[in-house]
Amino acid sequence: MRTIFFILQKEFLQVFRNRSMLPIIFVVPVVQLLVLAFAANYEIRNLSVDVVDHDGSTWSRQLRDKLLSSGYFTLHRQSYSQQEAFEDLEANRADLILTIPPHFERDLVRENEATVQLLVNAINGSKAGLAYGYAANIIGRFNRQVRMDWLALDEDDGPEHIDITYRYWYNPTLNYKFFMVPGILVVLVTLIGAFLSGMNIVKEKEIGTIEQLNVTPIRKHHFIIGKLLPFWIIALFELAFGLAVGKLVFSLPFEGNIAWVFLFAAVYLLVMLGLGLLISTFTETQQQSMFITWFFLIIFILMSGLFTPIESMPAWAQQLTLVNPVAYFVKVIRMVMQKGSGWADIQHYFGIMLLMAAAVNSVAIWNYRKTV
Amino acid sequence: MQPIVIENVHKRFGDVKALHDISFSVEQGELFGLIGPDGAGKSTLFRILATLLLADQGSAFVNGLHVVKDYKAIRRQVGYMPGRFSLYQDLTIEENLNFFATIFKTSVEENYDLIKDIYEQIAPFKGRPAGKLSGGMKQKLALCCALVHKPAVLFLDEPTTGVDPVSRKEFWEMLQRLRQKGIPILVSTPYMDEAMLCDRVALIQKGEIMQINTPGNIVKSYGKKIWAMRADNMFRLIRDLRAFEGTDSCFAFGEYLHVTLHVPVEKVQAYLTPLQHGNLVIKPAQPGIEDAFMQLMQEQNETV
Repeated sequence: MRTIFFILQKEFLQVFRNRSMLPIIFVVPVVQLLVLAFAANYEIRNLSVDVVDHDGSTWSRQLRDKLLSSGYFTLHRQSYSQQEAFEDLEANRADLILTIPPHFERDLVRENEATVQLLVNAINGSKAGLAYGYAANIIGRFNRQVRMDWLALDEDDGPEHIDITYRYWYNPTLNYKFFMVPGILVVLVTLIGAFLSGMNIVKEKEIGTIEQLNVTPIRKHHFIIGKLLPFWIIALFELAFGLAVGKLVFSLPFEGNIAWVFLFAAVYLLVMLGLGLLISTFTETQQQSMFITWFFLIIFILMSGLFTPIESMPAWAQQLTLVNPVAYFVKVIRMVMQKGSGWADIQHYFGIMLLMAAAVNSVAIWNYRKTV
Repeated sequence: MQPIVIENVHKRFGDVKALHDISFSVEQGELFGLIGPDGAGKSTLFRILATLLLADQGSAFVNGLHVVKDYKAIRRQVGYMPGRFSLYQDLTIEENLNFFATIFKTSVEENYDLIKDIYEQIAPFKGRPAGKLSGGMKQKLALCCALVHKPAVLFLDEPTTGVDPVSRKEFWEMLQRLRQKGIPILVSTPYMDEAMLCDRVALIQKGEIMQINTPGNIVKSYGKKIWAMRADNMFRLIRDLRAFEGTDSCFAFGEYLHVTLHVPVEKVQAYLTPLQHGNLVIKPAQPGIEDAFMQLMQEQNETV
């Protein structure tokens, strides 16, 4: 026990003597939270739209105004030339072209039917999907209103239609920050857990100190615990610090008991530290270790459901997320913080995390050789 | 009991024969030198003795403990200074020393008498990070760290490589003092002048021991007469001498060439005179350990 204490003492001395460490601990989380939370925005506003109105009637103007007054679209250009508008789309100046054909109003009146065309720039798929969705919705409503106007009915006597009332459960104001900030915190904790711990062990190999250390009574487990524990502590501190920043800056909801988040993080970090340890066993330099860790983390993070919902991934990818620890933590932290989940809801994931921690660490320790 | 016993140790790295049938033992309180060029296998032998590497064949004992079976006990008892500086560059002298003392469950104060002479020389810089020390001070610190737990045996792998001549001399004076305290020391070095300071040396090349003896005996056993020669144009002289059929060997030693002959020296003079070397000097010389080493090396190369 005393040996571990001395190793820990030495590790903390080295961690805090490292000039880049303090900024990593205090500046990185603040910057990540502030920048990412504001920038990683899912709400799409200010889509620029080109309107090609060949009709120029009251109704075509009304349709255009409906679109623009929704708040989602800004008019980039109104023209009579399909050619011009298409050039805008190609040059990425317009996200959407609404083409209203000639005799739009006349056809609507005479034949009870008219067509409009929507061209959507789908370079960014999710943005295109949303743009189409908004536009289609607005046009649909306009359509209903036109029919009522034409039939000269008031709202109560109108044709049957379903009125939808809705409420966004667990995030009533659909504040995407409540959703993103906990996820970003997960990434932060992950970076410290996996990157720094692995690099810390490899560093001893790289500068050769392991050669000296191995000819001492230090045991395998002393060394490993001494190397990993500091980052376990730092990462948990980071989580607390990040949550505090989130609360102060974004008024993050703490629906559930925050202790569950920390309990889960404590076990989750064991998985990440084990991963770092495992990578350190088959790399010789910090650079190698960093590249391999990065390879895993980028997959883990992109497939974690942080940015894109897991449910929309193909089936094989969804299977893969079953072994992705980041996905579990992202899920649990959101459940606890937004939904107020308790032990009964997270115990399943907690168990999986314990199994993962045991598995990763056994492989890592088995692979670790004290004799270099 | 002999503190270090090595019996028929073999080690290969792929196709490279790093150590071939190495056997020797070090006596109590002896300063034993492993002398050989880079790549001779010295560090490999150290790593086997320090329980960091397994030998392919043969066995080795440190203080009567087997390097494989009793590795834990050995690690508590030996002081090992690797060839490459292996302390924490970002920790200060004091922190490094305290760290190594504490993991051996002791303290600097407890064994201060052992490291006092050395530590006092670096003590003025004790607050300085090890990475910012000069080469000589780094080695002194490394020696302190290797000694701080009062080891029963000391392994020093090329402790003076990359160290200036003055610090080298100081370092060897410290080793002499440690030997007087009765600690057996196995030290390796590529420097021949340091070999003379050991009680016994093993000359090692290409993983094989060529000779084990006291430095004095090695020099004495050198049977041939050596001639020191010099001239204004040393390069031409070396070429001419090597071209002469009466020359056995010809190596540059500082400002002179050391030449051995199997013909009388007059014949060389007769051969060199028409070649018009300016300021030609030929005089008898005392053979040194380096001459003996060069000769042994040449013999080994010829038999291979």
